[in-house]
Amino acid sequence: MSLPIAPKPAHRRFHQARWDEPVIFELSTPGERGVLVTAVEPGVRDAVGDVVASLPEGLARRTPPALPEMGQMRVLKHYLRLSQENLGADLNVDVGQGTCTMKYAPKVNEQLITTPKLSAMHPLQDPADAQGALEIIWRTERMLAEISGMDEVSLHTQGGSAAIWANIAMIRAYHEANGEGAQRREVITTIFSHPSNAAAAKAAGYDVITLHPDADGYPDLAALKRALSPRTAAIMVTNPEDTGIYNPAIREWVDAAHAVGALASYDQANANGILGITRARDAGFDVCHFNVHKTFGTPHGSGGPGTGANGVSAALAPFLPGPRVVRDGDRYSVHEGGPQSIGAIGPCHGVVPNIVRAYAWMMALGAEGLRAVAETAVLNNNYLMKRILEIPGASAPYATGRRRIEQVRYSWQELFEETGISSEEIGIRASDFGMHYWTSHHPYVVPQPFTLEPTESYSKAELDEYADVLAEVAREARETPEVVRTAPHSQSVHHTHHDDLDDPERWAITWRAYRRKYPDAVGA
Amino acid sequence: MIGLIVNPIAGIGGPAGLAGSDGADVQRRAGERGARPRAAERAVAALAVVAASRPDEHVVTAAGPMGEDAVRAAGLRPIVVWHQRSPTSPSDTTDAARALADVGVDLVLFAGGDGTARDVAAGLPASTAALGIPAGVKMYSPAFAVGPSAAGALAAAWLDERALPTAEREVLDVDEEQLRRARVEPRLYGTLRVPYRAGRTQARKAATPADEQAAVRLAARGAATRLRPGIRYLLGPGGTMAEVARELGVEKTPLGVDVVLDGRVVVAGASEQELLAEVAQGPARAVVSIIGGQGFLLGRGNQQLSARVVEAIGDDPVMVVAPEQKLIDLAGRPLLVDTGDAGVDARLAGFAQVVTGPSTTSIYPVHAPEIEGAVHAP
Repeated sequence: MSLPIAPKPAHRRFHQARWDEPVIFELSTPGERGVLVTAVEPGVRDAVGDVVASLPEGLARRTPPALPEMGQMRVLKHYLRLSQENLGADLNVDVGQGTCTMKYAPKVNEQLITTPKLSAMHPLQDPADAQGALEIIWRTERMLAEISGMDEVSLHTQGGSAAIWANIAMIRAYHEANGEGAQRREVITTIFSHPSNAAAAKAAGYDVITLHPDADGYPDLAALKRALSPRTAAIMVTNPEDTGIYNPAIREWVDAAHAVGALASYDQANANGILGITRARDAGFDVCHFNVHKTFGTPHGSGGPGTGANGVSAALAPFLPGPRVVRDGDRYSVHEGGPQSIGAIGPCHGVVPNIVRAYAWMMALGAEGLRAVAETAVLNNNYLMKRILEIPGASAPYATGRRRIEQVRYSWQELFEETGISSEEIGIRASDFGMHYWTSHHPYVVPQPFTLEPTESYSKAELDEYADVLAEVAREARETPEVVRTAPHSQSVHHTHHDDLDDPERWAITWRAYRRKYPDAVGA
Repeated sequence: MIGLIVNPIAGIGGPAGLAGSDGADVQRRAGERGARPRAAERAVAALAVVAASRPDEHVVTAAGPMGEDAVRAAGLRPIVVWHQRSPTSPSDTTDAARALADVGVDLVLFAGGDGTARDVAAGLPASTAALGIPAGVKMYSPAFAVGPSAAGALAAAWLDERALPTAEREVLDVDEEQLRRARVEPRLYGTLRVPYRAGRTQARKAATPADEQAAVRLAARGAATRLRPGIRYLLGPGGTMAEVARELGVEKTPLGVDVVLDGRVVVAGASEQELLAEVAQGPARAVVSIIGGQGFLLGRGNQQLSARVVEAIGDDPVMVVAPEQKLIDLAGRPLLVDTGDAGVDARLAGFAQVVTGPSTTSIYPVHAPEIEGAVHAP
């Protein structure tokens, strides 16, 4: 490099690291150690005796675990190299994973959760010694109750789909408690609601009825009325839907469900566009849930466990999963679920570090800040939509010409018809520019789909950069389609062969299974 | 190995306003109106995509305008295994398709329309896949790629991956004489195995069967679990109904309507009169799938299930069975009924509860295009 620094080109000359790093088991050298544990001193041995002998028979290993044997520095290098072969959320403009709300999770909150005051706590510790942690859980639940308008909230579940499962489990328990369990066998959802709603209902034993959008692309109220009956247990809907379209008749939907004795369940996994603007209870919903790791600034599953929040009306409160944190005066205690509780879905109080992060995030913003999050996210989304729709070949099907809330499911169908380049190929090429990109949940209702959700975290400059990359790839699809079709050109891994994923005989999800199924590859 | 068949006169009648290209007279009149066949150039556009990634690829084809010329124009190497007769006839396409399959072609690209698809289907064994490069006037059959480049991309993927999934798709064709008299009643002529690209790695996030045949099986299983004893089920034509029959363990005529009672076929390939006679004997219900890409439930390809039959069945006369993807492929367009009887059509219009699996259904709008006022309220 020489001065002055040369100007940067219009598109980032990204290049992913490629280390050709072996699987950690292949790095094992017998006898190598990361830590040499000091031998037990005679005095200690005399005092405690043979500790291993005191282990229950079923817990004692007969052979040592087949862990890789290696020095500390090599372990560190191994994982740092793998981390460089990622398009992490903190590296790229991560707006391409729509529906996931890839916002910035403030790093300062990591300091809060690593304090021994929290990290050294045990979930079964005497509540008298855990007043601070219990208070944070209780206060976070109350804030979420205020945000949703619901009477009670539980932070017990460890992820979005677990929370959806809790929703349908509570609905089932409610109808059974009212003697209507055998009669109400159907759950109604929409095709643009998150598929976990249909999946959870099916897993709970319900018949699932799916509604398609009306001619204008909105959830179809007439179709709902056709589907509702005394057999309906609940409607389970996402709003805004995956398209970013907000159901303008949501109150009528809930009223129509209540009119036949059904409950209304609101998937608010992604509430980023409605914080402080609309509330589930104000629309009449009986149960709802949030993904704390989407809306409330805590990292996602791949970066740490998630957290679900279940909100319910007073009528459903007895069915909440347990245990619950209860406040008596200025003291906090832990109550196991009552006789009608659906019981534990995960262990103890859920993912407490996430609850603390979310508490810190909400307290830092305050009520006005939360509303500003939603307003900024919606503004960012509608700005990005304008930029994307200027790219020839891109479109936003359904509710054409209307604004969207926090995300948009777009389509490259026009570009595909013209060039044969699919949305998936565009996504792979986008990674050459250092950008992550996702298509859609299945089924692909929008043809050649892609789903962008800018959140409140990104600046106009970064949204412009993302739109510029997609415009460039669309140009390439027309002018130099081979460049797109043979992409990626600057990635660690070029193509994954998904045939291997289709055939359980070829799966190898542990090293042991890999050695058994592919003995020649490992030379075992 | 891929093959190519070009129907040199496909599409010639379209721009000339002749509603199709079948028949020597129409082809002559189109020529007089200055029409130019576009099948060849669309075939070249498709093969150009293959050539871009595999410049040395051989393509098995028929001589001259039936494929060889297009293969050369795209810069690929033709292997000619069929020479057309003079003058040309529809059986040229059928015989060429058979010749391609005989030398081991596993994917036949054909440039043309419904008539070409029908002729190709007549010549191909079930083991050979086919994909249409859209170049015809009529394309009711869901056997065509969305455009020439998309067809070429799929063919290139076929060569690269060796394992693209295929799905059974109906071949429909309209009698063009009817079309010219403004009466559209496509008939079902058979099926083709058409390759498609399932969503790839990211699709694994979903529990939905990525494989189209698996989805059809699931829908068929849903229908089978809903059948009750003592009721006559009138199984319509098509691949999904064939799968329902497989679930029930009974034989099915591929293009006919078969009557099943208590797990046995009581009439195979029934006519309208036979269906009426069966319905008169006790409770009955028609079981149909979506025919072709237009979304017809009744009135296309299953005309035996007439207005009189539907009327005779009485309440809730039709069970609709289809994988969710078939509804999605309609891109928001409604399902259609056209039984020829306005009263029956009006009764069927509104919404259908479509069986998509053992514990899943979808509510989807049904329109009756032949009558006003039967359009479902937005």
